[in-house]
Amino acid sequence: MAKTPVTFTLNGREAATFVDPAANLLDVLRRGLGDLSPKYGCGQGTCGACTVLIDGEPHLSCVTLAETIEGRTVETTNGLQDSAGLHPLQQAFMDGFAAQCGYCTPGMLMAAKALLDRNPSPSREEVIDAIAGNVCRCTGYEPIVDAILTAARAPRRTG
Amino acid sequence: MAVEFRKDLFADERDDDLNEIGQPIIRQDILGHVTGRSPFYDDHLYDGLLFMRCVRSPHHHARIRSVDAAAAERMPGVIRLIRPQDVPVNLNTLLSLISFGRDDEPLLAEHRVAYKGEPVMAIIATSDRAALDAVARVRVDYEELPHVLDVEDALKPEAPVVNETYPNNTFDYHDRYDHQKLRFGDVEAAFAQADHIVEGEYQMSPIEQAPIETCGAIAAPETNDRYVCHTSTQALFFSLGTTAKLLDMPSSRLHFIGGTVGGGFGGKVDSHHEPMAVLGAMLTGKPVKYMWDRAEEMQVGAPRGGERWRLKDGVMRDGRIIARAFTGFFDAGAYTRLSSYAVQKATGHLPGPYMIPNVASNVYCVYTNRTPSTAMRGFGITAVDFAIECHMDKAAETVGMDPIELRILNAYRDGDMKAHRRAAKNCALIESCQVVAQKSGWPLSAEAMAQSSLFGGGIGERGVIPETVTDQAGQIGERKRSGLAPEPFAGATARGHVPAGTATDHPATGNAPQREDMEIEAERLGFKVTRGASAPGQTPASPMPQPQPAATVAPAAPRPGAGPAMPPAYTAPAPASQQPVAPPASTRPQPTPPTPPAAPAPAPAAEPYKPEQPFQRGVKRPGVSRFISGSRRR
Amino acid sequence: MPSVATYATLAEAASAMTPTSRFLAGGTLVMRDVNYGDQGFDRIVRVPDPALKAITPDSGRISIGAGVTMAGILASRDLDFLWPAARAVGGPAIRSMATVGGNLFAPHPYGDLTTALLALDGVVHLSDSGQVPLDQFLVNRAGLVRSVSVIRPAGDAFRFHKVSRVKPKGASVLTIAAWLNRSAGRLSNVRIAYGAFAATPVRVTAVERALEGASLDQAGIAPALQAATDGLAPVDDALASGWYRAEIAPVYLRRVLLGEVR
Repeated sequence: MAKTPVTFTLNGREAATFVDPAANLLDVLRRGLGDLSPKYGCGQGTCGACTVLIDGEPHLSCVTLAETIEGRTVETTNGLQDSAGLHPLQQAFMDGFAAQCGYCTPGMLMAAKALLDRNPSPSREEVIDAIAGNVCRCTGYEPIVDAILTAARAPRRTG
Repeated sequence: MAVEFRKDLFADERDDDLNEIGQPIIRQDILGHVTGRSPFYDDHLYDGLLFMRCVRSPHHHARIRSVDAAAAERMPGVIRLIRPQDVPVNLNTLLSLISFGRDDEPLLAEHRVAYKGEPVMAIIATSDRAALDAVARVRVDYEELPHVLDVEDALKPEAPVVNETYPNNTFDYHDRYDHQKLRFGDVEAAFAQADHIVEGEYQMSPIEQAPIETCGAIAAPETNDRYVCHTSTQALFFSLGTTAKLLDMPSSRLHFIGGTVGGGFGGKVDSHHEPMAVLGAMLTGKPVKYMWDRAEEMQVGAPRGGERWRLKDGVMRDGRIIARAFTGFFDAGAYTRLSSYAVQKATGHLPGPYMIPNVASNVYCVYTNRTPSTAMRGFGITAVDFAIECHMDKAAETVGMDPIELRILNAYRDGDMKAHRRAAKNCALIESCQVVAQKSGWPLSAEAMAQSSLFGGGIGERGVIPETVTDQAGQIGERKRSGLAPEPFAGATARGHVPAGTATDHPATGNAPQREDMEIEAERLGFKVTRGASAPGQTPASPMPQPQPAATVAPAAPRPGAGPAMPPAYTAPAPASQQPVAPPASTRPQPTPPTPPAAPAPAPAAEPYKPEQPFQRGVKRPGVSRFISGSRRR
Repeated sequence: MPSVATYATLAEAASAMTPTSRFLAGGTLVMRDVNYGDQGFDRIVRVPDPALKAITPDSGRISIGAGVTMAGILASRDLDFLWPAARAVGGPAIRSMATVGGNLFAPHPYGDLTTALLALDGVVHLSDSGQVPLDQFLVNRAGLVRSVSVIRPAGDAFRFHKVSRVKPKGASVLTIAAWLNRSAGRLSNVRIAYGAFAATPVRVTAVERALEGASLDQAGIAPALQAATDGLAPVDDALASGWYRAEIAPVYLRRVLLGEVR
């Protein structure tokens, strides 16, 4: 089975790997590159647990053909934390009890990051719309929405 | 969201010395969650991981004539097929670990499938897609059989047999009945005396737990002839015991790792993936993952089972409910899993949080050709509580009474004798009703607002087990022959009478406890010393319990906008502030200091350890692994 | 495992299609089938040609490339009349992937955007330069789509409403799109489409006829409401029964026509 070489930027670093034909990005990130932060929840684009950012926009990695990310930029929850510490979203999720089982959390964080990167001061309705594709079954939407709004109000980090 | 603590309620019942409750706290596992590093079972990487997929029945019910897997075996990437014959002990029931019920479910179906999606074979391949492609090439020759999807259809004499272990399509209770009985007082006599009979039927559809992490397990050979298993299970040792039994191996050879569960809600106790994955690792010598996709999680994953309930109340004009009968059906699906237990849990919950002196129920665990059902958040309670509370509203409507006041009138109070023959304690329904009414601006009468769970309970007839009428209808197999109606006492040819408050060993009051720590608390049993209960339906002039002779409030005049007038019999003590809080000492249960258990005599040093009590009966039955550890309380 | 073949142009891809090939645009439908082991195809064909993402106004109409995503629609001022329909599709991640072309092939109950395109006199332009009216295209849904052209509605002439049980993102129970063309104060040549009502989005010709020459008020639309489900067989699914769909159709049709919902 011929494999296809793929080179892209993953959380600010160059990543190169060989992917099986028709492999999805979620499998390549998890098993190919060992970034376990995006999760499998449905394999059909309905739950949002595998949400990653591609060129800054939210995408569902389970229904993304892996070879289409050649030359593009991918961000996952694994890259949210930097030398300055937790991302404001992570801190707000922690402080605000915005996770129970934690399985939907990485996808939620990326969907929220996509929003805040584009719209630093969203309304509550905009936050709700931003995570509309991410299912939480521990039914913690309210604290999640609150946490995203809290993160939006947090002081900007420089760099 | 702010939480309001009503510490004014029951303030004298506790020391207010809580350090954690009510304080904000950071979850101990949340750093892993927000950094995406919490180790869920699928987050354990193995080189050369193999993937397992199952061949599943497309039919609700069919006989398997033959299975042709030759083409599948030749598919690229296929490593190994697992057939039913490869499972060392291919019959189990989940609750066999606590010795409840007979083994009735294969890990892989060999001769017959009894629900759509039942696995008949597993295929292990080098990739998930390769396993799926091979599954698609397995040809199973099915002979379709008639199926039944409705619980009451399944009870009919002509219904197909769903589960050969229980050929009457009902779980066997106490080796005697096709249902779980509850009898308390005499519902038939009380119905005859009631002013109104209120009947209703309520149904709840199956509900899928739908965790975001689908169920799964990864198993791999470990050193020293052991297997490691990373699993999404909610019940690690339960899954370990089940795996040891099905694979007929000592549990000491199994190293189970879990505890990080991506949502469970009850749907991750069925212990199907762990034996499958470990078996795969045993047969291939390689790490094997068995994970449901979302479609399997929804179709094959055991949901909260559907339930149907029929309630019949005998209600007096003043709102007192003097009798309540239940007929309940739990849809177990094709196999028992935990439904047999859910029925007992439900029965223990009847008649809901209300002081009803005559209660009867027949509750059935019914097999149908639907996906087996299992645990989910309060299963056994949720549906019947829905039914009860709908029915309370219906009763209130029937007698023209405010629905919250009707609940306060009938609510359990401390010391009341419950239908399962324990005195109620720590009751708080009245206070809950009052607070809810206040918060929602719902007008309640002064009488209703003055009520309290602390007084009036357990007085007179409220505190004792009444004379109880019993029957023996619904013996195992009887319904299948005769088409007996399912309601309590239906088809009963004779009645038994258990005198009030005297029986200690009659089936109606339960069997002898198995362990000292399950001894009945005598002070909570409330048996009367003397015989002779008053006839059901005869009650004091006032339905509201009277803690002591006190000035009763005159029947309330109709108040504009405040709901219907109280019935004349609805009287209440003066406001609590003018009343002693505690009822007379004679009716207030007093805790008895526990008798310290006698120290066990030390065994002679030469003798090997022998437990004082036998391990569970289940492990000694044929076909059951000898290696399952017994579970001991304490 | 299917193989992947990438072509520079749609024409090349069209000539390379086989009965067991599937064309991949945004991936939300095709990759799902790959993941679930669909044995109906063994080859994925794709065309990463930026020309498929073109949005081209042309007098009273506008052409939307098959590769334009829902997010692409939401980023185009020229397509502002389609924003409610594009926003009705999935959550933000689906919208940054799902394409106009893919939506034409989406199985029931999906296809909210297609419902809007249907009401806007959509015409499908195929890879071979042929073109076919969208309602005819939906009968067989065959061929590779280059673009779809639609009317650019004036003022508030275009109405769109999606009924779903989960908000803000839920699959459709009923989607209604209406192009309320007016001539001398009277409705004329209007187009009404339902989504999630039949196997594919459909035009509701009985309602269109009943609205011909009518005034857009309670009395004027009464005959159209009577005809709300004429000639249609609403489908049952896990979200709603056909009976329920038929019951709510006239209710929501009234609200859409009278502008009570946007």
